[in-house]
Amino acid sequence: MSNKSFREAITYGLEEALESDENVLIMGEDIGAYGGAYSVTKGFIEKYGARRIKDTPISEAAFVGAGVGAASVGLRPIVELMSISFALVAFDQIVNMSANLRYMSGGQIEVPMVIRAPTGAGVQLGATHSQSFETWLAEVPGMKCVCPSNPSDALGLLRSAIADNNPVIFAEHAHLYNFRSEVPDDYFTVPIGKGRVTRGGEDVALVSYGYGVHIVEEAADILESEGISVEVVDMRSLHPIDFDTITASAKKTGKVLALDTARKTGGIMAEVVAELQQRAIDWLDAPVVRIGSKDVPWPYSRGLEQHALPDAGQVVEAVKSELLG
Amino acid sequence: MAVGDTQQSADLGESGVQESATSQPVNGATGARPVARTEELRRGDLLELYRKMLLIRRFEEACGQQYSLGRIRGFLHLYIGQEATGVGAMAALDPGDYVVTHYRDHGHALARGLDANRMMAEMFGKRTGLSKGKGGSMHIFDAGKRFMGGHAIVGAQLPLAAGIALAQQYQDSGCGTIVFFGDGAVNQGTFHETMNLASVWRLPLLLFMENNLYGMGSAVGRVRSRGADFTDAMAAYDIDGFIVDGMDVLAVKSATEHAMARVRSEGVPVFLEAKTFRFVGHSYADPGDQYRERDEVDEWRLRDPIVSYPELLMANRAATQAEIDAVGNDVAAQVDTAVEYALASPEPALNEVSDDIYA
Repeated sequence: MSNKSFREAITYGLEEALESDENVLIMGEDIGAYGGAYSVTKGFIEKYGARRIKDTPISEAAFVGAGVGAASVGLRPIVELMSISFALVAFDQIVNMSANLRYMSGGQIEVPMVIRAPTGAGVQLGATHSQSFETWLAEVPGMKCVCPSNPSDALGLLRSAIADNNPVIFAEHAHLYNFRSEVPDDYFTVPIGKGRVTRGGEDVALVSYGYGVHIVEEAADILESEGISVEVVDMRSLHPIDFDTITASAKKTGKVLALDTARKTGGIMAEVVAELQQRAIDWLDAPVVRIGSKDVPWPYSRGLEQHALPDAGQVVEAVKSELLG
Repeated sequence: MAVGDTQQSADLGESGVQESATSQPVNGATGARPVARTEELRRGDLLELYRKMLLIRRFEEACGQQYSLGRIRGFLHLYIGQEATGVGAMAALDPGDYVVTHYRDHGHALARGLDANRMMAEMFGKRTGLSKGKGGSMHIFDAGKRFMGGHAIVGAQLPLAAGIALAQQYQDSGCGTIVFFGDGAVNQGTFHETMNLASVWRLPLLLFMENNLYGMGSAVGRVRSRGADFTDAMAAYDIDGFIVDGMDVLAVKSATEHAMARVRSEGVPVFLEAKTFRFVGHSYADPGDQYRERDEVDEWRLRDPIVSYPELLMANRAATQAEIDAVGNDVAAQVDTAVEYALASPEPALNEVSDDIYA
């Protein structure tokens, strides 16, 4: 095991891909000389050269589309968006091109491409830079979507995403870049579409992904200190969703709370709740609780922004009043 | 190249080249180069250009009939009138070059040599279609022929084509990519973004604009702030741009050959604007007479390439009336066969709806 930050784990995975496959190249805004907005690709251009580390103009539609084109004829591009909010500018290329090409061509064309993007609110960037569109993109057939919560999963999922012959959205919560934990030294992968029970428990199951896992883990610590046995499920993938793992935890505990750091309405947890009531209604002791960020544009002011985000206190309160009450 | 080429090809016949007479090579043009004269091309090649143009015309006429019968549904955008542009351009390509185009794609597909039977089957939504009935008229693909669609969001194909050209550059393939787009696409952000990207990355990309003067029902002059020629915008991107008479298949072939030669050998983007016209409406539902004058359509119809080109060949003794007639018969039979093939083909099995989504 090695102690790595979330950022270091992703950097490690990218370098590994660059070194093992000549067809891998990275494109994005200021990923070269600047080293990347979040320093994930720092030093890459000196090491791998401008041919493979391609600084792009500020043209999200063009360079995402160029990634799709390059992937469609045999390269394995990894495209970095500086923020998943900027995916809006490239939505046509992401959805209509990367996700639809294979289907529209009757299976003739593959798009082995990874789109990496920082996501999430909490650092006072205001409405245009704080959104979590991984939940929008997770709806699109033809693409996969992952959102890891820790360095080990980040590396394992990145390996799977790069190896996948489909477009994969790789959402990195900006709060997590400096989060450190142990990463296995031996080669491993985390399969896309497989969730993980990160904490076993009997009384209640908390389901989340990405940064949300840290919120529910904090809540779980509080609840456990009060004698409540908590199970935590880290979804890890938003498309496909591992409903089997979530359902197993629901059946085991009979009580489920699903937390999303994206806005609540229209979010991915609506899918989780809908699926659970079909798969596990006879095992549920109470309606599944859904918590998400408030349905507001992201405010700048720290107090307002924190108020819009879900927190561990909210989870603890909801578990006690709505599930155990 | 544009001025010299088109004037020379004009010598071969009476088809007017009034549009290209005004064309100017811009920034760094290498000047006039000789066009391949008809007598320098083999008779078979010359006749083949006619065969392809006629195939597109007859194929699309059949599409229109089948649409009226309800066998083809959705949107049907016909290329009728623009055949010389697609056929001339495609004749200049190598098998290693990639082709990306817009939703008015039947002409490019047939000119590239895609199978007419499987294309018609795709129009019908049949299992034997090129995309197994999942693409339709606007999304024609044949990866084996490096024909990468058929794209129906205006201008969206430009970044995709840049990426394919990037892969060719990355792999040092020595080939290039040609991307077709219309005058309407120029007002999309993807046009500007792709022009700039192609230029700064020096991508082997031929940006081939088919200026048919109308984006759906919008005349170029109504939606563009600066004139009807687009080459003047190329200076901003440091891309050489040329104008060619899109109604003259030989001029288009020659101009595309020269442009692609530069794309491949110098590894740079080149812009080519073909002046052309669709004789029919934007789609089959559009009679095409609401937003343009009858006289304008009639004037362009006088230059119909499937009429003027065989006349040119015969006047230059490059083909006989009997040969022209034989092509007509062959093409009619080929189109009949395509319709029969599509009619006889099975519908996709309903469980195939979930196939071909993921690799």
